[in-house]
Amino acid sequence: MTAMIEACGLTKRYGKTVALDGLDLTADAGQVVAVLGPNGAGKTTFVRTVATLLRADAGTLVVAGYDARKEPAAVRRVIGLAGQFAAIEPAMTGRENLEMVARLFGQSRRTATASAAAVLDQLGLASDGDRLARTYSGGMRRRLDLGASLVGAPRLLLLDEPTTGLDPRSRIELWDGIRALVGAGTDVLLTTQYLDEADHLASQVVIIDHGKAVATGSPADLKRQIGGSIVELHVRRSEDLAKVAEMLGRLGDGDAQIDASTRRVSVRVHSGGEALMSALRSLEGSGVELADIGARQPNLDEVFLALTAWPADDHGGAMAASAA
Amino acid sequence: MTTIALDRPEASRGPAGLTRSTVTVTRRALLRYVRTPQLIVLATVQMSVFFLIYRYMFGGAIHIAGMSYVDYLVPGFIATGVLFMGIGTATAMAEDLEQGFVDRLRSLPIPRSAVLVARATADTTILAWSTAFTAAVAFAVGFSLHGSALDGLAAFGLVVLFGFAFEWVFITMGLFAGNAQAAQGMGMIVFPFAFVSSAYVLVSSMPSWLRVFAEHQPLTYMVDAVRALTLGPHAQALLGHTSTYYVTRSLLWALAIIVVSLPIAVWKYRRG
Repeated sequence: MTAMIEACGLTKRYGKTVALDGLDLTADAGQVVAVLGPNGAGKTTFVRTVATLLRADAGTLVVAGYDARKEPAAVRRVIGLAGQFAAIEPAMTGRENLEMVARLFGQSRRTATASAAAVLDQLGLASDGDRLARTYSGGMRRRLDLGASLVGAPRLLLLDEPTTGLDPRSRIELWDGIRALVGAGTDVLLTTQYLDEADHLASQVVIIDHGKAVATGSPADLKRQIGGSIVELHVRRSEDLAKVAEMLGRLGDGDAQIDASTRRVSVRVHSGGEALMSALRSLEGSGVELADIGARQPNLDEVFLALTAWPADDHGGAMAASAA
Repeated sequence: MTTIALDRPEASRGPAGLTRSTVTVTRRALLRYVRTPQLIVLATVQMSVFFLIYRYMFGGAIHIAGMSYVDYLVPGFIATGVLFMGIGTATAMAEDLEQGFVDRLRSLPIPRSAVLVARATADTTILAWSTAFTAAVAFAVGFSLHGSALDGLAAFGLVVLFGFAFEWVFITMGLFAGNAQAAQGMGMIVFPFAFVSSAYVLVSSMPSWLRVFAEHQPLTYMVDAVRALTLGPHAQALLGHTSTYYVTRSLLWALAIIVVSLPIAVWKYRRG
């Protein structure tokens, strides 16, 4: 497989803040690659660097075979970008918006008309194409914005948190749109904070944190790695926290996390049910006053915690190596 | 949803050149004005409403020896009006940045200057429209040309040119501000330039420390150039110099403003 994006030691600083800290990332062609990370992980900075809106301070970045630093104009010819805001003109119709971008891609008037119509159709906006975009719902605006990034028939589509702020139904409609694209042969790089979004769309997921790739793999690989459950205990008295943490630590895969402000203790376990039973057994007669106890799926924070808490030991070593 | 097969022959898909990109992006900015009632109504009547207030409020209080106040005011008001229109440019530029529109354009294979040239072109067009409308209102409430019609047209052209020059200052402001509110705040800088000039009152009526600024700042030259052209020989005698004197100096100022602010705007835009 050839690489669509190859980043090596990519570094970008804003004053003292390090947005990208020697990021190594390879996105293979012919698929959807999701960059997953919390706010401030460097996702947007990375997409903006790939889109040639930013210049990295150090490191190399090759996009579709072009050096992003030396040949930004060539990169711009093969990419389509949909940023975090719907960058469309509200005072123009959906069709006019798309035709404008198509014209800027150098298409003739006739081709631009045809590609705008095709994209409207593809995104299910055909019947609203001649309405002013300011009358569109939030979901329709995001779809139109996606359309604008598509109308130049890019080889690589860059989507920065495409579904942030959308209601569940619009989110699913946008996912359908993105999936249809991949069928048409466009490579997609998208960033997201949502594990399920990466899961639904991507065949390769890169988890980044603090400007570095923490893990790379297929959603299935990563789930295997970060799978299991979280057992969480809510105690009534703060003085019980340490005792409970010590006890849960024995059941879990790592140290228990204490949140003193809410008097909660949590730990990652392989099997939620079994761990819950053991926890209850050990609690019996311990004198700890329980407010609540339960097992649940890990949330994204815990996934990151899990991944960043395993440096290069047996668990994370293979994943970390494949990220490099 | 259907799957589409857009042809993807990269060789035949040369990027849009400067002219086409500029025209395309200018069209978008103009459509935004024309199709947003608040914007087009504001651009059309704002200047003339203020003009009417000034004309009737100050008209009775301010006396200019040798001419009616309306004749004195109109060239001054219209020439400084370009500054107030410019605040809209700074705001629009900042809004385009804030809402990601500039990012989209910067990610396209078009010359980067196209976006800025388009903004300047569209806003200068709106400014010309607004100026023409205000001039028509001015004629309706007692203003008259004392020079030739050709001089009057030259004065109009000069105002539009000043507007174009200042657009670059406001584009730069919008790029630095980054958001619409900040851009509007920075736009307040126009007030001292508009008021401490010969636009509304005679500079000779100001205290000496203020007069130094008023006499040497670009707006005064621009206002007096428009005044000398529209009010004819009589006004030129009052002002102290011929229209050529004022026109050349105001043109030099306009040129200087472009030469300084355009590269800064382009530099800031490229830098992101």
